[in-house]
Amino acid sequence: MISYLVRRAGQAVVVVFLVTVVVFILTHLLPGGPARAILGPKATAQEVNLFIQENGWNRPLAVQYWDYVDKLLHGNLGYSYKYNQTVDALLGQYLPKSMLLVGLSLVLSALISVPLGLFQAVRRNKIDEHVLTGLSFVFYSMPVFWAGFLLIDIFAVRLAWLPPEGPQGASWISVLSDPKALILPVITLTLVTVAAFSRYMRSAVLENLIQDYVRTARAKGAGRQRLLWRHVLRNSLGPTVTLIGLSLPWTLSGALVVEEVFNYPGLGLLYWNAAVTRDYSILVSLALVTGVATVVGSLLADVLYAMLDPRVRYT
Amino acid sequence: MANRSAANLDTTQRGDELESVADASGRPVWRLVWDVFRMNRPALISLGLLTFMIAFCFIGPLFYHTDQVQTNIAQANLPPSRAHLLGTDEVGYDELGRLMAGGQSAMEIGFAAAVIATFLGALWGGAAGYFGGMLDSVLMRIVDALLAIPALFFLLFLASFITPTLPILILVVACISWLVPSRLIRGEALTLRVREYVQAVKCMGGRGGRVVFRHILPNSIGVIVVNATFQVADAILLVASLSFLGLGIPPPEANWGSMLSAGLNYIYAGYWWLIYPPGIAIVLTVTSINFVGDAVRDALEVRLQSR
Repeated sequence: MISYLVRRAGQAVVVVFLVTVVVFILTHLLPGGPARAILGPKATAQEVNLFIQENGWNRPLAVQYWDYVDKLLHGNLGYSYKYNQTVDALLGQYLPKSMLLVGLSLVLSALISVPLGLFQAVRRNKIDEHVLTGLSFVFYSMPVFWAGFLLIDIFAVRLAWLPPEGPQGASWISVLSDPKALILPVITLTLVTVAAFSRYMRSAVLENLIQDYVRTARAKGAGRQRLLWRHVLRNSLGPTVTLIGLSLPWTLSGALVVEEVFNYPGLGLLYWNAAVTRDYSILVSLALVTGVATVVGSLLADVLYAMLDPRVRYT
Repeated sequence: MANRSAANLDTTQRGDELESVADASGRPVWRLVWDVFRMNRPALISLGLLTFMIAFCFIGPLFYHTDQVQTNIAQANLPPSRAHLLGTDEVGYDELGRLMAGGQSAMEIGFAAAVIATFLGALWGGAAGYFGGMLDSVLMRIVDALLAIPALFFLLFLASFITPTLPILILVVACISWLVPSRLIRGEALTLRVREYVQAVKCMGGRGGRVVFRHILPNSIGVIVVNATFQVADAILLVASLSFLGLGIPPPEANWGSMLSAGLNYIYAGYWWLIYPPGIAIVLTVTSINFVGDAVRDALEVRLQSR
């Protein structure tokens, strides 16, 4: 187990390193370089040159990269000239709120999609399975923003049960203090993720149902329920957990759209605003943060998989 | 392109190993696949729907002529009538005609991006899986790193300084979506490279390129084709989200995503003809592509078939 963990963690470190390289390259893709991007088109060439020198952007790329990594390791993500705040401060403000949204949706989705996928696989090619699979395909195929607006139309405009906007507040505690406003954003994100996750679970269960151990267990007299919940479920959870871990970036993309629909003040909204106002220091650092979060997420998923399924540790 | 499944099956047939394979009754393998596919009623319906949507977008404008370039504010936001079957949008374009034009661009982006992405992914994944070792680790860690940054974050970053046009959007979406197929095809290549026939080719002096292109990739064609169909669906959705975020193709170019997000401004005004038609068009198209892809995968998965 230990050696597996070490190997897997080493891999994650390499990937994180490559993510920093990708993000570093992105900064240098900006038209006119980062200085022109920050100072805007009206700055004179002199001002741009001065700014380049001040920030040491005229040094060799390798030195700049090292400098960048050094700053990152000291927890310095950069400075937003539009907000006049460090990106760290902005992150501290916006990240917990996004984590709350994504975390709640992921937990809900897992709780719903595992039994749902199991059911779909067992009832394969029956009419109720067709209906459920059809529904989950429809939700999966729905643009997230449209799903959000339809929910707003039904529950906020027509029925007036829930507010159309996400909770507004500076900290995550104030967000929690308005749970009613949290319902629609969480449900929207959950709907689209359940659709995807139950598909993973369904195919994992289908794979397992044809395995020899199922036949053996049945031959030894295991009842249908015991077979499903004791044997098939446990063996199908592994691949599903990995896939859920891998789909974290996809979920974050969804969260970005959901935050924009419900004006939910999280990381996604911050990122979107930064893209519109061309606040590159935020774009670059958030791309990095989400990238690292994903790597850590899939590492956790793999560790969980290894705990669920001892066979993985020895491959 | 009228018949996706037929197109899929043709490519299946081309796999040099598969072509000669036949079951006990002597039928070629693609017939078997088609027989299983045919049993799947939702997939058949989806195939029909998809054919209809393609015909609607590409043949429809030949019969239903509308002006999708000149705006006409005097005719803005009209409800459906005899002159405008689905009403008009906020600048007076005929909604039904725009739905056809928007579908064309959505599908063009979807198909083109999927083809490019699949091609890139097949090369990258095939090389990584076949050659293995250090090369495999390096190539796959690069894929992991690129996959870690969420697609929409990537796209927003690029869109903040590139004004998207149709070809640029296709390239950008393709550059993001080749990662998943490369992973899948690497997995296939890993299992295929130890098969006897690959060993045989190597014994006869076949080089890496030949093995990858003539043997490994044709034998992974099932995985490749099924994933390509999902890529089309995902690309259509991705572009829709991008349009909603205000960074899609600018007008007068039409796209389902931008039509839908423009229509959502009128959700409180009750202009349903601006909200439901483009949304339903996206859902119908994407759902049917996913259903067809799923059914093809099931049909190729011999082990899962009811015997």
